[in-house]
Amino acid sequence: MALYDTRRRRNNIAMGLSVGATVFGLAWLVLILAVLLWKGFSGLSLAVFTQMTPPPGSDGGLLNPIMGSLLMTAIAVAIGTPLGILAGTYMAEYGRYDKLTIVVRFINDILLSAPSIVIGLFIYEIMVAKMGHFSGWAGAVALAVIVVPVVVRTTEDMLILVPDTLREAAASIGLPRSLMIRRVAYRAARAGMVTGVLLAVARISGETAPLLFTALNNQFWSLNLNAPVASLPVVIFQFALSPYEDWQRLAWTGALIITFAVLALSITARALTGRKSA
Amino acid sequence: MTTVEFTTPAAYNAPLTAADLSEKITVRGLDFYYGDNRALKNVNISLYKSCVTAFIGPSGCGKSTLLRVLNRMYDLYPNQRATGHVTLDGEDILLPSQDLNLLRSKVGMVFQKPTPFPMTIYENIAFGIRLYEKLPKSELDDRVKSALERSALWNEVKDKLNANGLSLSGGQQQRLCIARTVAVRPEVILFDEPCSALDPISTAKIEELISELTDDYTIGIVTHNMQQAARVSDFTAFMYLGELIEFGETSRMFTNPNDRRTQDYITGRFG
Repeated sequence: MALYDTRRRRNNIAMGLSVGATVFGLAWLVLILAVLLWKGFSGLSLAVFTQMTPPPGSDGGLLNPIMGSLLMTAIAVAIGTPLGILAGTYMAEYGRYDKLTIVVRFINDILLSAPSIVIGLFIYEIMVAKMGHFSGWAGAVALAVIVVPVVVRTTEDMLILVPDTLREAAASIGLPRSLMIRRVAYRAARAGMVTGVLLAVARISGETAPLLFTALNNQFWSLNLNAPVASLPVVIFQFALSPYEDWQRLAWTGALIITFAVLALSITARALTGRKSA
Repeated sequence: MTTVEFTTPAAYNAPLTAADLSEKITVRGLDFYYGDNRALKNVNISLYKSCVTAFIGPSGCGKSTLLRVLNRMYDLYPNQRATGHVTLDGEDILLPSQDLNLLRSKVGMVFQKPTPFPMTIYENIAFGIRLYEKLPKSELDDRVKSALERSALWNEVKDKLNANGLSLSGGQQQRLCIARTVAVRPEVILFDEPCSALDPISTAKIEELISELTDDYTIGIVTHNMQQAARVSDFTAFMYLGELIEFGETSRMFTNPNDRRTQDYITGRFG
């Protein structure tokens, strides 16, 4: 019995530590969300979504950075998703046993964990410095570079989960490989692949560092991608550090908008994967 | 309570005369390698037209491997290769010039686990037909219907053709896979332990189906179930450790085998 009691005591201690660690971690998340709601919710109004960023001391909103963020994110996804899906498809379907795949996977993992500021600097060097000015295009490309490895990874992972028996079944009726991939494997892996893209969107919609070096910021309404474009993260960065109270309030509101947009995306992604495993 | 009767039409176990038989698939001097591991050793066998040939033997004896050579399924994987000669209607299918998709449209396969595609019941079958033929909608509908009737599934699914294929029961899924294979109009159908994941009633239905299919198709079936081999096949091949030990008419193989090892296996002394 002594042995049993010791084991039970140990179990209780381990359990206690685990619960403690979980609560500690979650507490910060709850705290962040609470502060965001507390400080940002009061500033939420129609004006935030319909007016431009104001000069200090006057009324305004966040329309230009919201539109700028949406635009650059959309272009980044439009560039990054096809590249990522094609590369992931090669790795899982065509080159699963090739050395090249091992190399690409390794490099992709490095890119996946590369600090985004490095990606910003890289795009600054090859686009901004060459063109001579900051631009929305450079911002979108920097974000696309972040999208690619996320989509490559999830595409490969999800396609590898598709059982080989399904591939054999497709082959057994004489289906060429390209059709098997498009009509059978993609269909079986669809939920997971969409989740990967959503996670990539969530990831880039909060990125500030790569945009500071590329799209910079714009105080005015401009969707000209050859000129600097405003984005929510950069505006939050600028406004939050400013000495003006009304700018700081807008920064809180912007932070609230981003956080809940990303939260909504993550929950959607979760729901999609959940449905797949069910 | 439904009682299941495992009856076989008498014709299937009746002695066949040499004149009735023509070789559909001929295997000569076949060796197969997984990397350096030699899994088939100098196999020689013939699959006769409109006959069912059963492959039996203990796990790992190479019977599934042999089946997967006949439609070159092994080609999907690296480091697997076959040497020797396998002919389908006289054409060597092991040649590198063989069009694999064409070969597999002639030599269909049904697997151990039901593998419906993640699409509707209708699409599961129409998909394969559209690969080879451009048909007007009404004709396609007829083809789907006849494939489902052929696999004894039509009555169960005719009202839910747009339901997902994965929503069917295991036995129904397996019959859907058979319908999918039949719809492409192959000449040979290979069954790789088609009933090992199914309950006895579904098993009986599939066996009945196999017997009916022999009118039009040449059939090869791998099975762990010796009663099944005895019930459905005209010829039986006993394999052991990568070698074909004995091959002959099922009625003789199960009553009067020539080889000691065949005798031991079918009487359950090993395997």
